[in-house]
Amino acid sequence: MPYEIVVNGRAHTVEEDGQTPLLWILRDMLHLTGTKYGCGIAQCGACTVHVDGQAMRSCSLPLEAAVGSQIVTIEAVAGVEADAVRAAWVERDVPQCGFCQSGQIMSAVALLRLIPAPTDDDIDQAMSGNICRCATYNRIRAAIHDAARTVSA
Amino acid sequence: MILGGSLVGGALVVGYTATHPMAVAGALLSGGGVDPEPSAFGPYIRVAPDGAVTVVNRQQELGQGIHAGMAAMIAEELDADWSRVTVVTARSNFRAYGPQASVGSRSISTNWDLMRTAGAAARAMFVGAAAQRWQVPPRLLAVRDGVVSHQSSSRSATFAELLTDAARQTPPQRPTLKSVSDYRLIGTERVRRKDSAPKSTGAQIYTQDVRQPDLLIAMVAHSPRLGGKPARYDPSDARKVSGVVDVFAIETGVAVVAESTAAARRGRDALRVEWDDSAAERRSSPELVRYYHDLAAGRGDVSPSDFAMKGDAPETPFRGDVVEFAFDFPYLAHAPMETLDCVAAVRGWDVSITSGAHLPSIDQVQAALTARTIPGRVDLEVIPAGGSFGRRGVMSADYVVECVRIARRTNGRPVKMIWTREDEMMAGYFRPMSHHRLWVQMGDDGLPQRWRIHTVCQPLVPIGPNSQAIEGIDGSPYFATASTVDGKVFSPSFAVPPSFWRSVGHSHGGFVMEHVIDQLARRAGRDPAAYRRTFYERAGDKRRLALLDTLCRRAGWGEPLGGGWARGIAIHETYGTLVGQVAEVRLEHGRPRVRRVVAVADCGIAVAPDQIRAQMEGGIGFGLSAALFGAVTLRDGIVQQTNFDSYPVVRMSDMPAVETHIMPSADRPTGMGEPGVPPIAPAIANALLALTGHPTRSLPII
Ligand code: FES
Ligand code: FES
Repeated sequence: MPYEIVVNGRAHTVEEDGQTPLLWILRDMLHLTGTKYGCGIAQCGACTVHVDGQAMRSCSLPLEAAVGSQIVTIEAVAGVEADAVRAAWVERDVPQCGFCQSGQIMSAVALLRLIPAPTDDDIDQAMSGNICRCATYNRIRAAIHDAARTVSA
Repeated sequence: MILGGSLVGGALVVGYTATHPMAVAGALLSGGGVDPEPSAFGPYIRVAPDGAVTVVNRQQELGQGIHAGMAAMIAEELDADWSRVTVVTARSNFRAYGPQASVGSRSISTNWDLMRTAGAAARAMFVGAAAQRWQVPPRLLAVRDGVVSHQSSSRSATFAELLTDAARQTPPQRPTLKSVSDYRLIGTERVRRKDSAPKSTGAQIYTQDVRQPDLLIAMVAHSPRLGGKPARYDPSDARKVSGVVDVFAIETGVAVVAESTAAARRGRDALRVEWDDSAAERRSSPELVRYYHDLAAGRGDVSPSDFAMKGDAPETPFRGDVVEFAFDFPYLAHAPMETLDCVAAVRGWDVSITSGAHLPSIDQVQAALTARTIPGRVDLEVIPAGGSFGRRGVMSADYVVECVRIARRTNGRPVKMIWTREDEMMAGYFRPMSHHRLWVQMGDDGLPQRWRIHTVCQPLVPIGPNSQAIEGIDGSPYFATASTVDGKVFSPSFAVPPSFWRSVGHSHGGFVMEHVIDQLARRAGRDPAAYRRTFYERAGDKRRLALLDTLCRRAGWGEPLGGGWARGIAIHETYGTLVGQVAEVRLEHGRPRVRRVVAVADCGIAVAPDQIRAQMEGGIGFGLSAALFGAVTLRDGIVQQTNFDSYPVVRMSDMPAVETHIMPSADRPTGMGEPGVPPIAPAIANALLALTGHPTRSLPII
C-alpha cells in the first residue's frame, strides 16, 4: 500500500512494503544516496538521518513508522549547526574514505542542537553509534569542538 | 624496440621491450580499451580552457588520501594554482597508465619521478609558449600559481591564455626537476585533500550509489560454510517476491536479481538453498590452531621452505640459555565501511564496470576471463571506494567476477551487486590466521646469539615463495647480534580464503619481533628503549637510532606517569617506512585502555604532511581494533561473526589521542597507507608487560 512520507520538506508517496527500512526508500526510490548502508542492524550509524530532529538509524526504521515525521537527510540538513559542522569537517580534512561521514555529520549536528558546547564525554556518548573504519575519530572530535565554537560565536 | 612515445605519454610503459611480459600484458590489456581523453600534456594532466588543471590519478582513492599526494607532485612541478587543481581517477588502461594497483603503500614512491616529470614537462610547454610569444629566452621566465611571467618586461600570461600555444609545444623528454629546497607545495600544510567537501555533504558517489538507466540490483546467497557450493535450490518463493526479476545459481552461490535493493533482500531471504560441502572447510578454529601448532613442530603434512638463513647449519643444536616463544593470530575481516559492491553490464563482447577498484588491472583481466572476452573490451571505471584495507584488492577479483557472472544473465541490463555486512564478514576473504614459534639462544651479555623461527600461514599469492607470511620477521634488525638465524615457513592451503589486509604480514610479524624484544629486554634487566638501541648501534642503523631518540623525547620515555598508566614502545619498518609508537595504557576493569599514542614516522620526503598524520591516526585506530577485539573464528567451517555486534571495532570512546611527528628527510618518499598499523598492537602488549609482567601470546587481547 502507498505510504506518504515527508523527506527534506517534501511529501513523497511510496508504494512499498511498510516493513521496508526507510534507508532503502531514501536510497533506491528517492535517490538520496548520501545516506549509506553499512550494517543494516543499527550498529554502525552510516545510515543516520534526522527524524523530527533526532538522529536515528534509517536502516532500522520501517517505512510505516516514518509516516507523519519530518525526515531530514545529509543532502538537506541545514541551519547554523549544520553549516558549522560541515565547514569544520572540510577545514580539518576529517574524511578519509568518507563513507561513514554522512552519518557522522548527522549525529554531530543533532548533538550540537541538543548540547551547544559538548564535552568530550558528551561527544563519546553521542558519537559512539557511528563507526569509522578509517578511524577519523580524533578529527571528528576536534571538528565538533570547532563547530561548537562557531555556533556559540 | 621501445614502447610508448614521449615521457609525458605512456610513461610507465617506456623501457619495456616488446617481448617483456609487461609489454605483452599491456598489448593484451589495451586492445580496444577505452583510451583516456586526449590531452597535449599526456594522460595525467588536463588543462581546461579556463586554466583549471585536472590531475588524472592512475592510483585508486581508497581513503588513504592519494588524490592529494599525486596532485601535489604534479602541481609542484607545474607551478599550478593549487586551489584550481582537481583530481579524477583514471579508468583502467594499461597502455596509458601501466599496471594499475594500489599495493604495498607504494603509490607515492612509484609515482614520485613520473608525476614530477609529467608536471615539469607540462610546465616547460607553457614556458615555451610564452617565450615564443614574447620572443625571450625561456630561462628568463618564471611560473607561479598558473601564471607565466617575464620580470624585466613585466609581462605575464595565465595558463588559460597560453593554452592553445602550449598544447602545440613538443614536451621535453627530460625536463629539469626542482630541487627539494625550491618546493612551494610539497611538504607544506597547503597539501590538503581535494575530496573533503563532497565527502562532507553526501555528494561523493561510491559504487553503492551508482545510478544507471535500467539498473538491476543483485544479492547473492553464499554458502554459510566456507568453500561450499550450491547443490540444489528452490527459487519459487523468491520469485514470488514482488520486484524480483530472476533467480539463478552461479559458482559461488545463488543470485537474486531484482528491481530494488529491498526486493533483492526479501528475495534472498525467501530462498531455500542446499549446499554441497564436499570441498568446504569443516574444521573449527581450535582445531586449526592445533593443526598449525603441529605443523610448526614438524608433525604435519606441509613441507616448509627456508628463510632468513644466516650462519651455521641449522642442524647444530641450541645450547645454554634458550628462550622459546609461541604466538597465535586469528583470521580478521577487513570490514571496510562500504561493503563489497560492483556495477557491471555485459553486452556482447563488451563489459562495462564501475567499481571502487583496488587492483583495476587485475579486475579487468578477471572480468574478461569471466565474460569470455578480451581485457581490452572491458571498460573499468574506477571511482573512490568506501575503504578497502585490502578487501577490494583480492587477486581473484572475487566480487567483480561474481557481479560479471550475474550480469552475463541479464540480457545486457546493468547490475549492481551489493554484499550485506553479513556477506562481507562470513564469506571471506580474511587476513590469514598464523602461528609463530621462536627459539632464541641468549649470550651472557643479554643479547641473542641465535634465532630460529617457524611460521605457519596460508599463502596469499598462488605462486612463488610465501614471503608475505614472514614480512616483518625476515631481515629483522634484531638479528644483528646473532651469528645464526634460520627460519621455516609452512604454507598450508585449504578452503578458507586468505587475502591482503592493511600491512599484510607485518600485522603479525611486526608484533612477534617487537613483543619478543621487550620480553628479552626484561629478562636481561634492560630498559626496552635502551635495549633496542643496542641492536641499532650494532647494525650502525642511524635511521632507527634517530627515530628512537625522537620517539623517546616526544613520548617522555622514562618519565613517571602515575595513575596506573604504563608506556609501551614499538618500532617497525613497513614497506620502507619506519614508524615508532609509544602507547600509554592502563587496565580498567581488567581491560586495557589506551589514552595516548606518540608516533614518529620516517617516510622520506613528506609530500603531504597532513595526510601522513591522517594515515598514522587511521592506522593506529585500525590496528587498535585488531589488537583489542579483532577475531574471525570458525565453527564447523562457518564464520561465527556476522556483523559489527559480534565483530567489534574501535569506536569514538576507544580512540586514543595521537601525536604524530615526521622525521625530516631528504630521501625519496615512501608510503604511509599501512605503516601506521603494525606497531600499535606490540606497543600495547609491551605496556601490559610492564604493567603486569605477563606477555601477550595471542591476539586479540580482549
Ligand atoms: S546501516 Fe544503519 S546503523 Fe549501520
Ligand atoms: S572515513 Fe572511512 S569509514 Fe569513516
